[in-house]
Amino acid sequence: MAIRPLAIVGQLVAYAAFMAVIGYFAAAPAYSPFPSDQAQIKLSFRHTGPPKVECRRLTPEEIAKLAPNMRRAVDCPRERLPIAVEVELDGKILYAATLPPTGIWKDGSSKIYETFAVLPGRHTLTARLRDSRRAEGFDHTRREEIELRPRQNFVIEFRGDRGGFIFE
Amino acid sequence: MLKAIAHNLFERLERAFDYAFTPAWNPFHYLGALGWYFFWIVLVSGIYLFIFFDTGIVHAYEAVEAITHAQWYAGGVMRSLHRYASDALVVVVFVHILREWAKDRYRGARWFAWFTGVPLLWFIYICGISGYWLVWDELAQYIAVATTEWLDTLGVFGEPLARNFLNHNALSDRFFTLMVFVHILVPLLMLFLMWIHIQRNSHALVNPPLGLALGTLITMTVMSLMHPALSHPPADLDRVVTTANLDWYYLAVYPLLDVMPGRWLWAALGIGTLLLLITPWVPPLRRPPVAAVNLPNCNGCARCVADCPFNAIEMRARTDGLPFEQEAVVDAGNCVACGVCAGACPTSTPFRRASELVPGIDLPDVSIAALREQTLAACAKLAGEARVLIYGCEHGPPIEQLASESVATVRLRCSGQLPPAFIDFALTRGHVDGVLIAGCRPGDCHYRLGGQWARARIAATRDPQLRARVPRERLELLWSGMSGLAKLERTLAALRARLVPLGSYQRPHQPKTAQESGNGN
Ligand code: HEM
Ligand code: SF4
Ligand code: SF4
Repeated sequence: MAIRPLAIVGQLVAYAAFMAVIGYFAAAPAYSPFPSDQAQIKLSFRHTGPPKVECRRLTPEEIAKLAPNMRRAVDCPRERLPIAVEVELDGKILYAATLPPTGIWKDGSSKIYETFAVLPGRHTLTARLRDSRRAEGFDHTRREEIELRPRQNFVIEFRGDRGGFIFE
Repeated sequence: MLKAIAHNLFERLERAFDYAFTPAWNPFHYLGALGWYFFWIVLVSGIYLFIFFDTGIVHAYEAVEAITHAQWYAGGVMRSLHRYASDALVVVVFVHILREWAKDRYRGARWFAWFTGVPLLWFIYICGISGYWLVWDELAQYIAVATTEWLDTLGVFGEPLARNFLNHNALSDRFFTLMVFVHILVPLLMLFLMWIHIQRNSHALVNPPLGLALGTLITMTVMSLMHPALSHPPADLDRVVTTANLDWYYLAVYPLLDVMPGRWLWAALGIGTLLLLITPWVPPLRRPPVAAVNLPNCNGCARCVADCPFNAIEMRARTDGLPFEQEAVVDAGNCVACGVCAGACPTSTPFRRASELVPGIDLPDVSIAALREQTLAACAKLAGEARVLIYGCEHGPPIEQLASESVATVRLRCSGQLPPAFIDFALTRGHVDGVLIAGCRPGDCHYRLGGQWARARIAATRDPQLRARVPRERLELLWSGMSGLAKLERTLAALRARLVPLGSYQRPHQPKTAQESGNGN
């Protein structure tokens, strides 16, 4: 077959276009998922609230009514109470919520995972949490002066086994 | 409507590419095959990278940096090829989907490839995303955090997955190792599904022609050297990622997560996938009656099996007591009613009288007997010199517009439906002075292989062959597709100009053969 210069040019153009389209979108345009002049506060933990109702000693009559293999001296309903949490930044509420227990029997832990973009610099950060049956107030509070750098990922965790809030 | 526009666009584009690449190298004819080819490139380059990779999260980044820079000429090129071939895979697959849709090659019995293609999309994305994860640079960090946060919106994981990437304390090898595993296992599953995907296509095109394979490989190698794939700065969970040079082919969903809730995006993708899955039935194709075997006329030669483009015929043990070992059996679920089998059957010969003309296999609604009647009726009306009969397929140019006093037209389901004996019959019996066959562009046969088989039969390289006695100067073939009317007109004029001096066909004097008077072709 005769060599057709126009056809060869056409092929080169097609390959060049292929190269350009693949090569460009493989790593561009850049996307900015987070403003570079801000810092992030990430609040996340998993914590189990107290049982909703206290365990109760059963009366001998009640025990007798239960099937023989189900007999026990105390009745402990599994349902948990929600946990209340509050985060305050420089005196303003950043986040406040009541976290319900998870699971279909509502006997699981309460969970939270939230992120907030904040301005860098010095801040007073306060975190409070209620994990008791009281109706108001908090059982754990931590207040600290913090210095946030741009792009910093500052994490607020709550760890019962480590005595409460952890800031880092 | 939209589909017609898309079809038209593809037609124009493909004609341009036919010119530049020749039909034999036209990339549009090999989109699925290019998908396979890019998959192999990704696999080979991936194996190379894996040899030098470190599957622990602590050293993964350094390992990739070393591959990229210390051996830029080998590992670096491999890494770039790995990335660019993956991207090219996405591109060809999307064009492939669009093309099969625009050309309506996914409905009726052809639902299978479409349906099995849809999960392939998910596999492609899982492979790509897990791959970007393994570099453990800032892009990987962004993907890890965004993906786990997004998965958590489903609410099915007990412990929020995103807590694995809370800060440097939370980081462990656990999730990373899982990703390494996913990135190796899912491509293998994908390969298996790719194999399933083409099961209903016989002679599936899984390899592009050499020219195209080399062209794309050279192009991607040049890209790899000029514009190598690079990492972002190393991941640091204590710093938020603010710039991500996204690979938009794989990672375009992530920016969406910043504008819509994760659950919505899951819902959108789920609904999209479902819609795509049911596409072959919306609206359902009115399926023409499938090919039927007429056992008394089937001699078990298996030519129909060899030619069926859709693996819809099987040879089974003889059931009717005739002295043949096997018989053809049609799988109605796979049959698209293209008629290519009837064109292959040695019993499809117009030299038999119409009352006897029942081939071993035939389409009930457009039978070979009916084709014979149409041929005779169309030719009988012709007058003048250089009388031409045009056989055109349903997907070719509108041949009827060329009909005239001395030009007759007959439509076929597919050019592969025409038994070559019909050409012999029309010419050597003097029904016409010339025959013109018009079909789809080479490489673009609506029924995949019909045109290819028709050409091979006429060239006498495939059974049933066009007999040597047929005067080739009275035969013209044009594979110009649905938009090729103008070209067909020119071809017709040229053929007729050639026929005028030839006059009517005169039979050479020779004794009548048994075949002419009776069976076979
Ligand atoms: C990894 C991705 C894919 C690869 C490697 C691939 C490859 C192929 C190949 C090799 C063929 C056979 C071509 C032929 O010989 O005629 C084919 C046909 C086809 N594919 Fe794909 N494909 C992929 C994804 C998809 C997807 C996502 C869809 C649609 C949702 C799809 C729909 C089809 C259809 C409708 C056909 C035509 C079947 C027919 O002719 O009846 N494919 N594909
Ligand atoms: S009509 Fe014949 S060749 Fe075409 S799909 Fe059906 S069995 Fe196969
Ligand atoms: S080509 Fe015809 S004769 Fe041969 S096996 Fe098929 S149906 Fe039977």
